[in-house]
Amino acid sequence: MKYRFMILRRLTQLGLLGLYIGANLFGWKILQGNLSSSLLFESIPLADPYAIMQMTLAGAVLGFDVLLGALIIALFYMIIGGRAFCAWVCPVNLITDAANKLRRSLGISQVQKRVYMSRSIRYWVMGLGLLLSFAMGVAAFEMISPISIVHRGAVFGMGLGVGAIVVIFLFDLFVHENGWCGHLCPLGAFYSLAGRFSLIRVYHDAEACTACMKCKEVCPEKEVLHMVAKSSESVVMGECINCGRCVEVCDDDALHFSLRKFAMQAKEKSL
Amino acid sequence: MNERRKFILSMARGIGLAAMGALAWSAYVGEVRSAPLILRPPGALPESDFLRTCIKCGLCVLACPYDTLRLAAPGDSNPIGTPYFVPRDIPCYMCEDIPCVPVCPTGALNEASLKDETGAWEIKKIDIGVAVVDVEACVAFWGIQCDACYRACPLMDEAIYLKYEKNERTGKHAFLKPVVNTNVCTGCGLCERACITEKPAIFVLPNAIALGKVGDHYIKGWDSGDEARVAGAKAETTQTKINQQSALDALNADEGF
Ligand code: SF4
Ligand code: SF4
Ligand code: SF4
Ligand code: SF4
Ligand code: SF4
Repeated sequence: MKYRFMILRRLTQLGLLGLYIGANLFGWKILQGNLSSSLLFESIPLADPYAIMQMTLAGAVLGFDVLLGALIIALFYMIIGGRAFCAWVCPVNLITDAANKLRRSLGISQVQKRVYMSRSIRYWVMGLGLLLSFAMGVAAFEMISPISIVHRGAVFGMGLGVGAIVVIFLFDLFVHENGWCGHLCPLGAFYSLAGRFSLIRVYHDAEACTACMKCKEVCPEKEVLHMVAKSSESVVMGECINCGRCVEVCDDDALHFSLRKFAMQAKEKSL
Repeated sequence: MNERRKFILSMARGIGLAAMGALAWSAYVGEVRSAPLILRPPGALPESDFLRTCIKCGLCVLACPYDTLRLAAPGDSNPIGTPYFVPRDIPCYMCEDIPCVPVCPTGALNEASLKDETGAWEIKKIDIGVAVVDVEACVAFWGIQCDACYRACPLMDEAIYLKYEKNERTGKHAFLKPVVNTNVCTGCGLCERACITEKPAIFVLPNAIALGKVGDHYIKGWDSGDEARVAGAKAETTQTKINQQSALDALNADEGF
């Protein structure tokens, strides 16, 4: 089953999107709103914690519902797996995955120097988003976020927002491999930080590994797999999006999802 | 190049790039956030507070049974993602229970501002903007009977009334001119929707654009209520050569003219 997680992820991404769209078109009351803030089953508020941080810095006095919603989402990803949001929920992942797939099949990465943008730029963008929100009195990233443009657009009407989709697709295809999600997106950066200590992790078993490096080929955040073929440990870096691509492409059963192995890693380090 | 120098250079480069990004970003945000003519949902906070408080979730849009509200999409030339409406397309029908407001999770739509002392909804407190009549385009001001706007108004005879005037041109007809009471008009836009002219002769503008403001030095002396408006006013007395003496002495002295 080379695509079991991929299929599950697409079902989750599209399923959630479908519930939001159904709320607008047919009045379904399951998941209303959009990824900025939603209402689950007409009672549980959900909200984007990074947006809430920006709005608070911008000087907004926010209602209780939206603060509770942000807390719920923040706790969820802090416990479950920070950037699981990226792999399982965010609609932009559909676009960047498509660009990546095309990039691989056209072999663009072979003719192009692979990395010339630092992966830490996103943390600068994230900080800048907060700083500008404070300075300008309005949530700065929310004014330009392609994530919101795409998701809000899909639910409430896209307008010229299709432009954002095309730009991100072309950027990831021709300018930089994993350019947006792997280097620039401040929301991805936020969830990387939030998920530093989350529980669901990929575990690598170096004993079983044959060093074919198929996992690194498909991983959108290759750095997180630094231990492959070297040592048996959990993938603990927050940048891992918990997509499970590495797990499903491995022919040797050397990668699998597990609960974070604190104890084992500590023991190994002391050996 | 030694390590130290390399480090300092790369730091400087990082800071320079961040500053460049920040400038471009803030210039863009500054440009797209102003929309002085936009009409917000009922109960919206003042525009600048609204902009920083609304999370653009669209729950108000979903709650409106008339599809009045929409979220600004890129290309609408309105602050992106925020809710607004265009009365000529779909006005606000001033629902008795104002369903768009309590669903707002952030408080960008303020429930308390639309309730009376008993906690019941008071639709007359809706204050989206005010209707303005273009008296040249309104056919009632030509002497043709219309009153479509007047009849469409949910606060008929309060927010908008008909002023009867003699039509001197014919000598035997009357003008029935629509006049808006800006203190009462909610800005719902039902009149704008109903107006029979090609481009509406009555239309809603935000209060900040449509309303003037009288300074503290004009008071309706015949209206004791109006005194309250200037209760906190401060008088400033300036000294000139003439008003040093009483007015009569100054005039008799015949100086300074
Ligand atoms: S990095 Fe940003 S755009 Fe990419 S999937 Fe994550 S949140 Fe979405
Ligand atoms: S008061 Fe009613 S018609 Fe007006 S915007 Fe709200 S829900 Fe829509
Ligand atoms: S419900 Fe409130 S926060 Fe959501 S879009 Fe409407 S005004 Fe903004
Ligand atoms: S906008 Fe027009 S219809 Fe609505 S309250 Fe004012 S005068 Fe009446
Ligand atoms: S509906 Fe239009 S034309 Fe008719 S009276 Fe009102 S403003 Fe004038």
